[in-house]
Amino acid sequence: MMRPMSWFEKLMPSRISTEKRTRSVPEGVWIKCTKCDAQLYRTELERNLNVCPKCDYHMRIGARTRLDYFLDADSQQEIAANLEPMDPLRFRDSKKYRERISLAQKKTGEKDAMIACSGTLLGQAVVACAFEFGFMGGSMGSVVGERFARAARHCADNKVPLILFSASGGARMQEALFSLLQMAKTSAVLAMLGNLKIPFVSVLTDPTTGGVSASLAMLGDVNIAEPQALIGFAGPRVIEQTVGQKLPPGFQRSEFLLDHGAIDMIVDRRKMRDVVADVIAKFEHRPKPSA
Amino acid sequence: MDLQFLDFEQPIAELEAKIDELRFVGNDSEINISEEVERLKNKSDALTRSIFSKLTAWQVAQLARHPLRPYTADYLRKLSPDFQELHGDRMYADDPAIIAGIGRLDGRSIMFIGHQKGRDTKERVRRNYGMAKPEGYRKAQRLMRLAEKFSLPVVTFIDTPGAYPGLGAEERGQSEAIASSLYLMAGLRTPIISVVIGEGGSGGALAIGVGDRLLMLEYSIYSVISPEGCASILWKSAEKAADAAEAMRITANSLNEFGLIDEVLPEPLGAAHRDPGAVVEVLRNALLKHLDDLDKLDLDQLLEERQRRLASFGQYKET
Repeated sequence: MMRPMSWFEKLMPSRISTEKRTRSVPEGVWIKCTKCDAQLYRTELERNLNVCPKCDYHMRIGARTRLDYFLDADSQQEIAANLEPMDPLRFRDSKKYRERISLAQKKTGEKDAMIACSGTLLGQAVVACAFEFGFMGGSMGSVVGERFARAARHCADNKVPLILFSASGGARMQEALFSLLQMAKTSAVLAMLGNLKIPFVSVLTDPTTGGVSASLAMLGDVNIAEPQALIGFAGPRVIEQTVGQKLPPGFQRSEFLLDHGAIDMIVDRRKMRDVVADVIAKFEHRPKPSA
Repeated sequence: MDLQFLDFEQPIAELEAKIDELRFVGNDSEINISEEVERLKNKSDALTRSIFSKLTAWQVAQLARHPLRPYTADYLRKLSPDFQELHGDRMYADDPAIIAGIGRLDGRSIMFIGHQKGRDTKERVRRNYGMAKPEGYRKAQRLMRLAEKFSLPVVTFIDTPGAYPGLGAEERGQSEAIASSLYLMAGLRTPIISVVIGEGGSGGALAIGVGDRLLMLEYSIYSVISPEGCASILWKSAEKAADAAEAMRITANSLNEFGLIDEVLPEPLGAAHRDPGAVVEVLRNALLKHLDDLDKLDLDQLLEERQRRLASFGQYKET
């Protein structure tokens, strides 16, 4: 769809990119912003934590990258890395679940859809978990639930705060009721952490829906979202089919959730370390941490 | 009575129609047809037994959603004649898709909470087909806290296609409502027993289903997504719902084999709607037995065992 350009936009120097659509560039050196179509130099984009320098669009990133951006350099120690998925139901649709697992493992280099790491954040010990959306849509099955539970127990044992970065379509259908019960399991371990008054900060990133949004991701002592992330219980398509109408623009985006009181704040990825570290420091009655 | 036979019950339906005809004739004439009726009745029962002994998961799903299947309010009327419904979440509305209130079970005070579907079209719309909105889960939470305050055990009846996926529900925080229900139930300091009496649809079912015991009626189902939803995503066609139902192992008996539930409660021949009174007694006995068992634990032990139970869900390899 064509959008009429305003005279102002035509004059904007940062958008001298009108010829971009036809140009083909070698794979990997240049990346096109999925939002504003600007051609971005990969290294520059990565330096900017995969946030478009032109329009501030937050691109999706993998779990390892996420934890690298968030935790202090060289501080990470993975928790429960030795857990691997099983196929209790011998589930098969057009493909076997086992095949889907090994494909996802090859594609992402991960065993399952969540990574948990202990490490430091601005020098303070923390545990951070991140969903890997590239692994079967970041779906939550038994391994995700157990890794999160062990991460939380590590926090309980060592009295350190827990941070979660969500990016998930919800519970994993191929583990059926086992997956659904991970919602109960992860919520229960957070209730245990809550009793011990250990801070839990939940960061919702694009996209977080279904059973993940309706359990661990919404249970932060503080809920933070990245800008413009899709966050909701039901996916937009399901809602449109149910109510038979088109959804208004911006529905179920971070800004919408902030307006409706579902999250505490929207935080730019480039400020995430500082903001989360300070939230935790305040809960723990410590002075503002310095980078 | 019109039993609204399902497709796979058609052979039974034909026999029953014959029996009704004979009875009609018998009332009108002097001929003694009782022997013939008796013979056909036995045949019908044998046929029902045989059909019900090898039901597919999809057939069980149809029974779980049967239009005559007893709902929460039907059971409550018999289990707890002095049930007093309590309304509202104190914040926004009263959600008719969940009914909740205080009652007695054999003299014991209980907080009952359950999804409620409607019997006729008007009632179905009012109850939103048993699909709760955030205010429904928040009402449930309010009454669970009340139960905790006055040491009433919580008994929940699960029967929903799922939490309602609508605009208003999203605006009012459907995710948060479900998540905080799970959190609350994990730590609620009073016994919680849940029974799936029909459809256990996903997070909307689990939101009143976390606790110390999970029981299922024999022809009820419990799944992470509806068979239709799963089929349309993984098979790219809702018509494959039967395959999805099978693959997800949604029936009470399958889930029991995986150790995911505590007990399967048997239903009468031909399923609950054929003899609701019998199911009431099964429910009463099971609830009293499990309440007695849970009574033996003090609250700290109860909560510890609940945490252990919730932590044990899942199957994975350690390498």
